[in-house]
Order: sequence, then C-alpha cells, then structure tokens
Amino acid sequence: MNAITRIKNSFAPKTTRRAVVIAAAVSGGSLLVGGCSIADVLSIGADKPDFGGFGPFIKIAPDGSVTVINKHQEMGQGNHAGLAAIVAEELDADWDKVKVESAVANAKLYSNTLMGVQGTGGSTAINNSWDQLRKAGASARALFVQAAAARWSVPAGQITVRNGVVTHGASNRSAGFGELLADAAKITPPQNPTLKSPKDFTLIGTDRVKRKDSQAKSTGTARYTQDVHLPDMLVAVVAHSPRFGGKVKSFDATQARKVPGVTDVVQIPTGVAVIAQNTYAAKKGREALKVVWDDDKAEKRSTDQILAQYKVIAAGKGGDEVKPQVFQTAGDASNAFGGELFEATYDFPFLAHATMEPMNCVAQVDGHKVKLTFASQIQTLDQLNVAQAVGTLPGMVEIETLPAGGSFGRRGNQTSDYVIDAVHVAKHLGHGRPVKLVWTREDDMTVGRYRPLTHHALAIKLDKDGFPAAWRHRVVTQSITKGMPTSKGLDETTVEGTKGSPYLKATPVVDGQVYMPEFPVTVLWFRAVGATHTAMVMEHTIDRLARKAGKDPADYRRALYRKAGADRHLAVMNLACEKAGWGTPTSAGVARGLAVHESFGSVVAQVAEVSLVDGKPRVGRVVCAVDCGVAIAPDLIAAQMEGGVCYGLAAALYGQITLKDGLVEQTNFDTYPVLRMNEAPKVETHIVPSSAHPTGIGEPGAPLIGPAVANALLALNGTVTTSLPFVKA
Amino acid sequence: MPLALNINGHNYTVEAEAETPLLWVLRDELKLTGTKYGCGIAQCGACTVQLDGQAVRSCQTPIGAIGTAKVTTIEGLEGTHPLQQAWVKHDVPQCGYCQSGQLMSAAALLGAKPKPSDEDIDAAMTGNICRCGTYQRIRAAIKDASGQSTPVQAAPVQAASVPAA
Repeated sequence: MNAITRIKNSFAPKTTRRAVVIAAAVSGGSLLVGGCSIADVLSIGADKPDFGGFGPFIKIAPDGSVTVINKHQEMGQGNHAGLAAIVAEELDADWDKVKVESAVANAKLYSNTLMGVQGTGGSTAINNSWDQLRKAGASARALFVQAAAARWSVPAGQITVRNGVVTHGASNRSAGFGELLADAAKITPPQNPTLKSPKDFTLIGTDRVKRKDSQAKSTGTARYTQDVHLPDMLVAVVAHSPRFGGKVKSFDATQARKVPGVTDVVQIPTGVAVIAQNTYAAKKGREALKVVWDDDKAEKRSTDQILAQYKVIAAGKGGDEVKPQVFQTAGDASNAFGGELFEATYDFPFLAHATMEPMNCVAQVDGHKVKLTFASQIQTLDQLNVAQAVGTLPGMVEIETLPAGGSFGRRGNQTSDYVIDAVHVAKHLGHGRPVKLVWTREDDMTVGRYRPLTHHALAIKLDKDGFPAAWRHRVVTQSITKGMPTSKGLDETTVEGTKGSPYLKATPVVDGQVYMPEFPVTVLWFRAVGATHTAMVMEHTIDRLARKAGKDPADYRRALYRKAGADRHLAVMNLACEKAGWGTPTSAGVARGLAVHESFGSVVAQVAEVSLVDGKPRVGRVVCAVDCGVAIAPDLIAAQMEGGVCYGLAAALYGQITLKDGLVEQTNFDTYPVLRMNEAPKVETHIVPSSAHPTGIGEPGAPLIGPAVANALLALNGTVTTSLPFVKA
Repeated sequence: MPLALNINGHNYTVEAEAETPLLWVLRDELKLTGTKYGCGIAQCGACTVQLDGQAVRSCQTPIGAIGTAKVTTIEGLEGTHPLQQAWVKHDVPQCGYCQSGQLMSAAALLGAKPKPSDEDIDAAMTGNICRCGTYQRIRAAIKDASGQSTPVQAAPVQAASVPAA
C-alpha cells in the first residue's frame, strides 16, 4: 500500500500530550468564570490592540513590506521562518521582504489552538498555526485582489498576485501591496478565503525558506533577555535552598552588603535575593551571603537510594503509598506470562536542560501593573503565576517576548520559577523599577526542573516465531504534571511512546502500568519529554528481541509494523535504511544501529554508524528519515534533525544529574559534559514527501540517537545497554 | 581605579577593580552585549573574544591582565567578516546564543590557519559548546569562508515535493 496515500487520507491534526496537559492545567485554575472563556478572563485589564485591517498576524506597511506576527517563542527551532513562510505563501508576498515580530501576550488573540492558551511546546508551533496562518495570508491576499479589481474595474478572477505585486495581465496593469494598502484595509475580510492547492505552493517546501534571524544572530545584535539594559535597571541573583524542599531559616547579609555595587539583600519566598548595580557585584554579593537552611522537609536522599526504591516499587513491593496507574491493556494477562520470559530493566537519570543562556527575566512592578521582558515560553501560564504572586489580574501582566538562548522545554514550567524570582524582587523595589534576575550556570543546573529519573521493567512472553505474545511493562517516574490544578490520574507524559507503540499494538496481551512517586525534586518536560526514555526502552528491546529470534532488526520491525498497520513507520524506516545502506558491509570496527519512533505527530527513523574509541561510543554518521507532513522549510527540518541528534546524543553519552545526600553533584559544564564539535556526527536528513497537515519537528529528532547507538553497540559486540548515560562519570 | 582598554579599535577608560572579568565590563559597563555569559568558568566559550588575535574566554580574563593587548569582540567583526557571511549562507544559528563565541574562535582559527583541516577545526572549536547542535553547519561555514568549497547542505535533503494527488 502506498504509505503516502494512507498518510494523506488519515491525517488529522494531533493534539500532543503536553498541549493537553497545559490546557488542562490552565483551564482547571480557579480563574474560570461562568460563561467566559479562559481567553476572555485573561484579557481583562489588557490593552486593546489596534490592527491595520489584516488581523492579528499580519502588518503591511505603506512601502508594501509584510510583517508576520509570531505568537510563538523562537528558541532556535526556526518557527520565525516557518510560520512566516505559511503567511507569505498564501499571501504571495515577496519572501525576501517579509519580516517577523514576536506577538504580545494575549491569550484571546494568540492562543496555541492545540493548548487553549498562549504558549509554545510539544512541537506544535507549525502544527497549530497551519490552518490559522494560511487563512490569514489568503484573506489578506483576497483583500488586495478585490482592491485592485475595484480600482481597475476588472473581474477579480483575472487578477494574479506574485511576490507582493498585484497584476491584471490583460490590461498590463500592476501595483504593489503598498499602493493598494489603503483600499484593501477598508474591505471586510472574507470569512473563508480560498486556500492554495499544495501543488501550487511556490515557497513552501523549497530551500528559499531560510531563517530570518541568521544575520542578527551572526553579528551579536540579536537581543536576548541577558542583554536587556533599561534605565535605572538593577541586577539580582537569588540564593536558593541547595536541597529540594528546603527553605530559609535565617541569613546574615552583613558581608554581602559591603560588596561594592550591592544595593540590597532581601528575603523572598523562593530564597534570599542579592540586588546590585551590575551582574558581577550581585554574584560577589551572593558569595559573601550567609544563609542557614531549614532542611526539615527537604529531600536528603541520594539518587542511588531513590533508584533502589524505584526498583522495589516496579516489583510491586513499594507498599500502598505509591499506587500504579494502568496505561495500556490488551487481551487476558492472567495466564499469559507462564514459562520462560524475556526480562529487561532500564534506568534513566535526571537530566538538566542546560540551555546556553541560563534562566533570566527582566521584571517591573508598579502597583498592579507588571511588565516582563524575557523569553517567555508559555505566556498565559506566566501571566497567571505572576498575577497570583503580585496580586493583580493576568491581563495586567504585560510580556515582551524575546528570543530564547535555548529552552528545550525549560522556560515554560508549572510555577514560572525563575520569573517568580524576578517578580518578587521587582515587587520589593516597586515603582516600576526594572530588575534583571539572573540565574548563574550553577543555579540553572542545581535549582532543578529535570527530566525525571525513570525506571522501566519489562517481562515479555515470546511466541514460537520470536515475536511478543504478551508484554508486561512497568514504569516508575515522577509525574511532570503533578501540582497542576487538574493533574489527577495518569500523567500521559510518563508513558507516551510506550503507550500506543506499534509494537504493543502488534502484541496480543499487554499489561502496562506506571507508578508516580512523589518527593520534592522538581521535574519538567525535556526536549521530546516521555520519548527521552520510552524510545530507548522500546527500540533497544525490539533489537534485543530481533537478535534473540535470529532476525535482522529492520525485518523484525517490518513484520510488527505490518501487523500493527503502522505504515508511516514502515515507510520512514525503509527510507532511512535505503539511504544508510542498511545491510551493506561497514568498515572494520563500525556497526550500524537503527531506531524508529513517533513523537509529536511525526515519525523519525535514524541509522547511526558507531565505533568504539577509547571504550566510548563514537558516532560518525547518522542518516535520518522523517515524515512530518508538509515540509514547509526542508533545510530547517534538516537543522532540527541535526540539532536533535546532538542534543539526544549529549544526553545519552554523558547526561546525568545525581544527588548525594540531597545535594546536586553537577554544577557546570565541567561536571555535566555535553556534546562538542569533535564528537558531533555527520547527520543526513531525508524527508518523506507528504501533503498531509504538518506535525512536530523540534523534538522528534532527539530521542532516537540513544537507542540507535545502543543497537549499534549490540550489533558491534553484543553489548546490552540497561542504563544511560553510556559514559559513566 | 580607572583602566584603559582598547576594544575594537576604540580606547575606553573603565572604572572597575582589576580582578573584574572582561566579560562583565564588556556587557554591563560598555553595553557590548554580543559577547555572552554562558558558564563563568571557561567551559563553554560563549564569552570568547580575541586578545591580539588570540581567542580567549573573557569570563576568566581579569581586566587588569589585559595591558595594552587589543581586544576584539563580535562587534569588531562588523558584520562583514567572511565567516559571518558564511554563517548566514549556511543558516548556522538556531537559538544563536553561542554563535558570537563560535565566530570569535573561528575567526582566530582563520587568522592562524587560513585553510584549516577538519582536525584544525576540531582543535580550535571544541571549547565552544552549542546546545542546539549546529556543529555540522559551523564546520561547513568555516570551510566555505576559507575557500574550501563545500555544499551548502552537508547532506542531500530530499525536498518535500508534493506527491500527485
């Protein structure tokens, strides 16, 4: 069967787990008022924006230049270009003259349609904007066509638009957007403008869709939060409890206050803030600060102890405190697990996101008015959390969203942790005085919000051909959504990628449960979220089973995909295998490993070529195949695959945050190594042609390289990987 | 005490203790914010600048130790450096936060070795972390800027041609 036809026929925009979680968290809050939408409530107190006649996403200047308003956070994934290209395509604008601006925080205008609030995450920027921005672009185009038809008294059907120029060929007349602007802006926009057929796309799908920010980011002129300087601005750093769940008992600021440049030291709910005239003085001030911490309710265990407890829990011996949640069942498990079983366990450490720009936020509080200037990722959540901290309305919290120096999920979180640090200091200062809250690298790494420590335990009964007949799966991990207003029951992020896997679909009996113990270490979504561990568990297990059955790992997967009806997986894997030369000889000491995984609506396959250098895995080449629906910006998709491989490989090779007696042992890049130039593989990307609704691309490339490397090591010398990272400290 | 510094060909007098890292003088005093704070311990390279053409980590360079050496920052490349043009051509940046440091290390490399090999690039660039994983494009851009021809895309991307309905 033609996989592409199937994809086209079957596609429906997918709401990702994270999107659901965020929407549930926010809409479950106490702010919901009968009869009002969350967006209405959030808009109370907000300034009413004025648009120029083309709606909230498009501004057109008298010179004809087009500015696309981006409601999403640009944190490197390239949505500034991808989203603008959608508008430019339908508008037939001159791509070279299209500019992009970040939207203001306004949930009514700029909600993520898959989240229900304004925010970026779950690789949804393109996915949720596709219909919205096509319509916006087509609608604006229709206005220019109508304006020209009226001006020239010709039928609208005879008018064409190309590169920002409106033309009536028969009478040889043409005009730019700028010339028609005043007329066009007066016309009522059509409710359902005609969209282009994908075969008529001239920009989308071409390498002309290049980033709009490369120039600024290659000249040091891109303005990040860290670069904000406002008149009278102060800088603050905060001393946080070194143990999770600890709080301030007392502090002595005598020496800190003597540091030249330090202006104040003040206790805030999250710790003790040192405020200074500049960053260096604030840091020096904090070094001189003495804080006594109350560790009464703090986490004092080491990660080894926590993991040991996880194994007890997975075995069903954890007592009544941690009750399992069923995440998937099929068939009758009661008699399915007799006789010989294939058993496997996998351990995954806490991981720090370690963005290049540590967390930071510029805040101003003046009575009930709040202004934030920073790389907000989930604006609505930040508005809600900040409003609560200050005692104001969410609509009174104005946010100027700046580009982020990386996020990988870190900047959008349940409590707006670093934002709240900033706001408390700004509230203390009052009068709208700006303060830049800076987390140092050490804060960023030790204050928390990690990919959760996770344990998987599997027991699989095999049929006579070596395929799974019954699959028991236990996961132990902290819930990411715990603490959000509506987080009761199953946290889907803990099991996504195992739950719904084609391998489980192809297995007659499934018994899947997850345990979510609670303790003070703070956790968060990390690029690819649940797939950061589930992809490894599923893909390495499948390779182990294939080898046990004496089958080629690609052939073994093919059989399961056919049984599960997973045609996209099959097509993507076949493309990756073909391009990688799967089955052909490799150089001596090099082995190939394959992994295939669906996340955020996209299916990715990777084949890694791996050798051992000084006992460490060295990845020379990675061939990626991806099906992400319509490929709007092929070169940016390739960039996300390259980046995803590097990010995932850093985590798989080295990433681990460990606790000793409750204290985080890694503080900076010397103790938390990441991937560097000399270890970066050559990544090739191949895109499955598709005209289906576009799906995620920022995250799906990241979770496969770990299992691809593990599977290559299995092929190389039979090594089974049961825990990450590959290289232990 | 006042200290004289020559930065990007301009003379500055700054009021700061001699032990103050150059990074914070550049960023907070002189508002030359192209140079980034990433780790503070010379592990990530985001703060890389040049002293007399040599790449150094400004977070670990006390201003008192600079003397008469000429400081060059990303602003000193003026947007016209062949590496900057290659960076744009190859769409190297993603989040972009590390790229000033990457460029300053790469510019120092080309200053010393006009046609660097892959090994030279590894040696010069391994001190600069990029969490977005733009290493492959950085390598391609350095090769391109040094006249060692390389395809814009290091690997063939099968364009997303739309299948016939």
